[in-house]
Amino acid sequence: MIRVVLPPHLRTLAHVGMEVNIDVQGAITQRSVLDALESSYPMLCGTIRDHDTKERRPFLRFFVCGEDWSHESPDHPLPQEVARGKEPFLVIGAIAGG
Amino acid sequence: MSKVRVLVGTHKGAFVLTSDGKREKWDVSGPHFAGWELYHLKGSPADPNRIYASQTSGWFGQIIQRSDDGGKTWIQPGTPPGEQKDAQGPPKGESNKFVYDTSPESGGKPLTTHQWYDGTQHPWEFKRVWHLEPSLTDPDTVYAGVEDAALFRSTNGGKSWEEISGLRGHGTGPRWQPGAGGLCLHTIVLDHSNPTRMYVAISAAGAFRTDDAGKSWKPITRGLKSQYLPDPTAEIGHCVHRIAAHKSRPNVLFMQKHWDVMRSDDAGDSWHEVSGNLPTDFGFVIDVHAHEPETIYVVPIKSDGEHFPIEGKLRVYRSRTGGNEWEPLSKGLPDKDCYVNILRDAMAVDSLDKCGIYFGTTGGQVYASKDAGDNWAPIVQNLSAVFSVEVQTLS
Repeated sequence: MIRVVLPPHLRTLAHVGMEVNIDVQGAITQRSVLDALESSYPMLCGTIRDHDTKERRPFLRFFVCGEDWSHESPDHPLPQEVARGKEPFLVIGAIAGG
Repeated sequence: MSKVRVLVGTHKGAFVLTSDGKREKWDVSGPHFAGWELYHLKGSPADPNRIYASQTSGWFGQIIQRSDDGGKTWIQPGTPPGEQKDAQGPPKGESNKFVYDTSPESGGKPLTTHQWYDGTQHPWEFKRVWHLEPSLTDPDTVYAGVEDAALFRSTNGGKSWEEISGLRGHGTGPRWQPGAGGLCLHTIVLDHSNPTRMYVAISAAGAFRTDDAGKSWKPITRGLKSQYLPDPTAEIGHCVHRIAAHKSRPNVLFMQKHWDVMRSDDAGDSWHEVSGNLPTDFGFVIDVHAHEPETIYVVPIKSDGEHFPIEGKLRVYRSRTGGNEWEPLSKGLPDKDCYVNILRDAMAVDSLDKCGIYFGTTGGQVYASKDAGDNWAPIVQNLSAVFSVEVQTLS
C-alpha cells in the first residue's frame, strides 16, 4: 500500500483523514500514485493536477523522504521507502497567511 | 406559511439564512465548505431544494457542489463521498471539469485567443465559475458563466459540462479583454417568456444575446458609451457589471455599467442612460422589485478608483420610474465610516407580498429590507466578504 498525505482542504473534500492508503499497480511513480488516488477518490480529479494535461497545479508541491519532487518527471520511480509504505507521498499546498 | 431562504457566497464559505415570511428572526447555517471561496449559489426555480454552488480555490481549482435538500447536505454531482470501489469502474469526477470547445466541429483547436491587458493576444485559460444560472423549467439543466469568459451548460445536474461555444466563436473573441477582476462571464439572464432567448454580460467585453438557445449570439451594446475606450461607442469592450430584468417584462433590461445606469426597452438592441440624479453612477449591483417592474435598485459606489460609498454613508437608491428619478434609502444603513463594496452578484429580492430586498457587503454584512427598501436591518454582520446573495421564496 502506498501512503498519501493530503492537505486539509482535500481531506475534507474526499471525506478522509490526513493519510490515505491506496493500491498502486506496476511501477510506483508520481503518475501511477496520483492516477490511483484519483481513481479511488474521483472528487479529487482536477484538484491536484489539471484535468486534461495532468500537470501539477501551480500552488501545490510534492515531497518524498524530505525532498521536493515537484519538478521531477512524473514517470520517475519513487524511492523504495515510498514503494514499501515506510514513507508517505506528501501533497503540500503553498503556505498562505502572515 | 411562506419561508425565505437566502444563499450567501463569501470569501470563506457559504451560508444559508432562513426565516419565516415575517422575516424577523433568522437561522444561520454555515459555513459550508469552510475556507473555500464560494463565488455563487443559486436554487433551481423548478425545484427549490436543488441548489448549485461554485466552490473555488487558487490552490485546488474549481469544485461544483449540489444540494438536493435545500442546502442541508451537499455532493459533488456524480461522485458519492468516500472511496470508490465499484467493479464497473469509478465515477470519472467530471463535475469540476470545464474544458473549452476544441471539437472537430469547431476546428479541433481553441476557437480564438482574447486580448490581454497589454493588448497582445492570449489563450483562453479556465480559472473559475463566477455564476450559476439554473434553468427555469428543468432542475438538471444549469448554465455556468466562467473566467476566462465562456458559457457552459450541464443537462445532468452538474455531473458534466459542455461549452456553448457559439458565444466565443461568433467572431469578436479576439477583442475581449479582462477587467481588473479578470475576463469573466458573470451575468446570465434567462427570458421567462422565450426559452430560446438568453442574455450574458462579460467584463470587459460587453453584453450579448442569443435568440436560438445559444447557437448564435450578437453583441447588444448600441447606446453604451465608455470613455475609457479609444472609441467610446465601440461594439466590444464595455465593462458591463450587471443586467437585471423583471420576468413579466422580458424585453426591458436594466444595466449597471462600470459607469452609467442604462435601460433597454427592446431586448438590448438599444440602450439609453437612466442615471438621472444618482450621486454617482458607478456601481456593481442592480435589481428589480418582484411586483413592480418599473421599481429598480442600485447601490452607488464612489468611483472605479474608490470602491466604497460616498462619504462613508451606505445608501441604496430606488427608482419607481424605471430610472432617472432616484431616492436614497438609508433607514437602518450605516450613516458614517462605511467603506465596504457591494459586488455584482450580491443583491437579490424575494417575492413576498411586501417585496424583500437583500444585499451583502465586502465587510461581511447581509442587509435585508422587508418593505421594499424603506427600512433596513442586518441579518448577519460578521461574515467574510460577501461575493453573492440569492433569495428563494418558499411556500
